[in-house]
Amino acid sequence: MTDPVFGPPPERAPDPELVQLLTPEGERVRHPGFDIEFSAEELRGFYRDMTLVRRLDTEATALQRHGELGLWAQLLGQEAAQIGAGRALAPQDYVFPTYREHGVAWCRGVDPVRLLALFRGVDQGGWDPSAHNFGLYTIVIGAQTLHATGYAMGVQRDGLVGTGDPERDTAVVAHFGDGATSQGDVNEAFVFAASFNAPVVFFCQNNQWAISEPFERQSRIPLYRRSHGFGFPGIRVDGNDVLATYAVTRAALQRARDGQGPVLIEAYTYRMGAHTTTDDPTRYRLSDDVEHWKLKDPIARLEVYLRRNGMADDAFLAEVAAEADALGERMRRECHALPDPSTHDLWDLVHAEKTAELAAQQADYDAHAASFEEVGR
Amino acid sequence: MTTMTLAKALNAGLRKAMEDDDKVVVMGEDVGALGGVFRITDGLQKDFGDARVVDTPLAESGIVGTAVGLAMRGYRPVVEIQFDGFVYPAYDQIVCQVAKIHFRSQGRVRMPMVIRIPYGGGIGAVEHHSESPEAQFVHTPGLKVVTCSNPADAYVMIQQAIHSDDPVVFLEPKRLYHSAKAEVDESAPAAPLWQSRVVRAGADATLVAYGPTVSTCLDAATVAAEEGRSLEVIDLRTLSPLDLVPVHESVRRTGRLVVVHEAHLTLGLGAEIAARVTEECFHSLEAPVLRVTGFDTPYPPARIEDAFLPDLDRILDAVDRTYGF
Repeated sequence: MTDPVFGPPPERAPDPELVQLLTPEGERVRHPGFDIEFSAEELRGFYRDMTLVRRLDTEATALQRHGELGLWAQLLGQEAAQIGAGRALAPQDYVFPTYREHGVAWCRGVDPVRLLALFRGVDQGGWDPSAHNFGLYTIVIGAQTLHATGYAMGVQRDGLVGTGDPERDTAVVAHFGDGATSQGDVNEAFVFAASFNAPVVFFCQNNQWAISEPFERQSRIPLYRRSHGFGFPGIRVDGNDVLATYAVTRAALQRARDGQGPVLIEAYTYRMGAHTTTDDPTRYRLSDDVEHWKLKDPIARLEVYLRRNGMADDAFLAEVAAEADALGERMRRECHALPDPSTHDLWDLVHAEKTAELAAQQADYDAHAASFEEVGR
Repeated sequence: MTTMTLAKALNAGLRKAMEDDDKVVVMGEDVGALGGVFRITDGLQKDFGDARVVDTPLAESGIVGTAVGLAMRGYRPVVEIQFDGFVYPAYDQIVCQVAKIHFRSQGRVRMPMVIRIPYGGGIGAVEHHSESPEAQFVHTPGLKVVTCSNPADAYVMIQQAIHSDDPVVFLEPKRLYHSAKAEVDESAPAAPLWQSRVVRAGADATLVAYGPTVSTCLDAATVAAEEGRSLEVIDLRTLSPLDLVPVHESVRRTGRLVVVHEAHLTLGLGAEIAARVTEECFHSLEAPVLRVTGFDTPYPPARIEDAFLPDLDRILDAVDRTYGF
């Protein structure tokens, strides 16, 4: 019976509307809000990106298993969400990732070997964020959503929103997962973005698992509806459909660039691998679920569509496979060759203006290290 | 030369920094029309507009976290935390993000941010409004931490902190906001930001203090002089980096050191200063370094805060004790 005063509780709807342009069976479908045509070239590009990024991921996982990386955060299964979101960006847009956005990094031109460096313990983010408009990986869950919102507020102050110039108007994307939506920072980012109408797109990859905790432990309502409580739109897209994630992200970015404020995108997907190489998903989830999601594989469905419509032949697929092999080989080679950082960098990188205290600690260490060298001689 | 309170000096310094650089953005709760709960930002929104003096939602992590993004976009955010005890919701952003981004990015991303925190007790406030969290920030590599004890320093140091390319936690001794009043020469050459200073010369013992306890130590030195004892008083001004050069020089002459701060005793700044002075000046010391501090209790109810705060008698008693060794 419905509560006469407070009304019914919010619905715990398992299957809200999902924007989809390509079914798991590889059939092209239409969505009234996203009537978009793709050229064969664009579709082959999506296929190539997803295939190479999957190889990047499996190669890095193998490198971790061989002891070359301390850790790796797998993206297996999330290729469509990331390539769709990444390819929808304009050059001037800026991305704030969490630590699993290898596909978005790929789209932004960050060398995959730079991603390995972080997980190998060689550096803590060795790419130049401003050269790629792609921020550093952020390990503390959700912290970067506030940075994205603040950056978007800066874009607003720079007068780069709503000018009508497609080469100037700028949007910012914050990436995070379903677990992050429980964090205060993500909710504060929603408040700030709404309050200041900041040009930020919140892109949540709901991969169903926060390490071992299922989505149901994070939210009683579908995540895309969270935005409604903060006063901006939310939309759920099939995150295993690269066409749909591209179309939805492109529209949300344009809306932000036009000055209409934030949007929350929930890319509904599934983490096929572990959270990171340290956990064992067989402890906390059913293999049936994994098998179920395998049928929704983002790469397989695009391959079917391309083949069936004469947009890709064996030669093209072999060419991409060869390119993936070459990428894997280069990653192995260059991972081994990554040099350890100099201990000297430690003190030099703490501040823009080094302090006398740090200079003294550095000098002490140098003298200590030098004393061993003398003994060695 | 203008006579102003420490509060007015901070306001004038902020105004000057905003005039000098249009990338400076002031943000916080109630900093706009109200001018902040202590009125430090009084009139700034009227003159610089609400895009440069931003009333934010009531969310400390949000204030600091969005300021990180603004700094990455080339702005110089100056955020106000309303009270010391309210900084903790932003602690993760300050410690994990603000302090580390320069390091994590191999020096490619700078974080020219100032986090202003009214701190310390002595104003009869309710709980969470009188704390001294400086050691928590000093213990965080990547942050710089300063505090002022007089209007002239306040005027200059806030501008220097805003000008710094490093993130600065700027601790404002709230009980001095309106009680410390002095002439401020706006054209005087400024002392470097990262230096401490001898504020009263003396020969018999050294007192080291910062922020709100500097004036208490100066009063103690005045009383001690009447009793025939000459105390040197050093205002640290900079807590991270710590500038102990004048302290070492002083202790080598006086042989006695008492460190005075409101923060809790255990692992407070006094512990660090005692350790370093012992390392540097061991043979000059006539007595162990003593500390006069708040106790290892939560900050007490206002009716008994005088017992918690270092006062003249506890300071003079400590000086006496250094003569007992």
